[in-house]
Amino acid sequence: MKHVTATMAGTVINVLVNIGDSVNAGQDVIVMESMKMEVPIAAETGGKVAEVKVNVGDFVNEGDTVLVLE
Amino acid sequence: MLSNHMEETLRQRIAQVEKGGDAKYHAKLKEQNKLFVRDRLKLLFDDDFMVEDGLFANFLAGDLPADGVVTAIGRVNGQTVCVMANDSTVKAGSWGSRTVEKIIRIQETAEKMRVPLIYLVDSAGARITDQLEMFPGRRGAGRIFYNQVKLSGKIPQICILFGPSAAGGAYIPAFCDIVIMVDQNASMYLGSPRMAEMVIGEKVTLEELGGARMHCSVSGCGDVLAANEEEAILAARRYLTFFPSNYTERPPVAEPKAPNPNARDIATIVPENQNAPFNMHDFIDALVDEGSFFEIKKLFAQELITGLARLDGKPVGIIANQPRVKGGVLFVDSADKAARFINLCDAFHIPLLFLADVPGFMIGTAVERAGIIRHGAKMISAMAEATVPKISVVVRKAYGAGLYAMAGPAFEPDACLALPGAQIAVMGPEAAVNAVYSNKIQAIEDPQERQAFIMEKRREYQQDIDLYLLASDLIVDAIVAPSGLRQELINRFAVYASKRQIFTDRKHPVYPV
Repeated sequence: MKHVTATMAGTVINVLVNIGDSVNAGQDVIVMESMKMEVPIAAETGGKVAEVKVNVGDFVNEGDTVLVLE
Repeated sequence: MLSNHMEETLRQRIAQVEKGGDAKYHAKLKEQNKLFVRDRLKLLFDDDFMVEDGLFANFLAGDLPADGVVTAIGRVNGQTVCVMANDSTVKAGSWGSRTVEKIIRIQETAEKMRVPLIYLVDSAGARITDQLEMFPGRRGAGRIFYNQVKLSGKIPQICILFGPSAAGGAYIPAFCDIVIMVDQNASMYLGSPRMAEMVIGEKVTLEELGGARMHCSVSGCGDVLAANEEEAILAARRYLTFFPSNYTERPPVAEPKAPNPNARDIATIVPENQNAPFNMHDFIDALVDEGSFFEIKKLFAQELITGLARLDGKPVGIIANQPRVKGGVLFVDSADKAARFINLCDAFHIPLLFLADVPGFMIGTAVERAGIIRHGAKMISAMAEATVPKISVVVRKAYGAGLYAMAGPAFEPDACLALPGAQIAVMGPEAAVNAVYSNKIQAIEDPQERQAFIMEKRREYQQDIDLYLLASDLIVDAIVAPSGLRQELINRFAVYASKRQIFTDRKHPVYPV
């Protein structure tokens, strides 16, 4: 299991993947809004999406897990 | 007249010492994908030219060739350099009293000759058995760090970390201008994993505790992560092409080159939408001489890019916000990263180019607790104090203290330029309208009416911060078309090359830290 974490505090505005999707390392998986900027969150490593931990509109803090890959 | 016999003895003894430690330690090097210290020097230097002192240090001990360190003078890119290089085949590169004396002497030589000093570090630290001779005294190990501090900004000091750099020894890299680390092998720590377990009860691997990747991406103690020793040495050689031998000289100029022909057109890189991310690396790639960009702290605080590059062959230090990462917002680490890099460039007369696309400094509990204000102050003070030619380009936006930190007009850049469409303001339109009209917005009950009000106020705000208005008020010095930016920068840096400025008269500032 690999955790994808938020790089900064902000609000989730888009979830780009679904459970079961394969993602590559470096691929954007979540888009957040913070400081009025769109902030894409990329997966550091590749894998299959096992769990999406956030919904659009959620506030997340830096370091919070947004996605779990297997 | 010397007898043939004596000469033969000398030759044999030199050969014996140059072999370093016992064969079993050489075998261990191979296992660890490490090179022998003298092979590292061959890769580092241009050619066979090498002047060495202290080869026979601790010769009488019998099993401590050169006392575990090679100190020599050679040439890199045609430039004379001094080197100290640990030999990990000799008691794991540990320091005895002659080791320390040799290091101190090569520092003194570098100072007198005014040439760069390169530290090739691979050492287990002090020899506890020799501590009285090498640790506490006037010419003990402390003197090495004292000299490093004194040499800082006088001559370039470069560290290549091949293996451990433990306890006190960990401060050698800390006092260098740049630390290049070999992935998997290099490590830096005050207390080893064994000590961490004994003293504080923490169970941790060496790689997690003080590995090269950790230092290059998390702690910021490392500047360049190299895949292997060859790459690390090559990085040091490339880095040195940007630097003069010492602070009284100017950086070397290379053959001018056009930018990468495959780079994207600058105008298409920057999105019109202020809030959309783009990759600032594409922008830099389109701007600088092809293949010239040498990134420093690539893996650390990636919301800000720092690196050396060339414009028309001339060195320039680039500080650029990276909207692709964390929105390009400035954080504690990115502020530190910038402060350090600006200091480095200013010390050795490398002009500074700021590429601003910054929403401001980060806000919120986490960063306030981490002291974002004092870290931001570090960046702003380093940038303000820099007297090298300094150009600020507002690529898309510069909001709040972000404008100040990125060499905004008040900080005496030689020019503050803007691309068409750039916005400069205390804050962006969305935030500003919310801040000013918050009560009014709340009071409007009809959602459509409310939205119309917000849009109208944003439009008004946009007009207030219109770039031509800013240019008309002499806030920006010029509006430059993206296609003309490179030439504009080349022209301006050529003009500003004669700049000589003393910032102010005092002993030294009370640095924010």
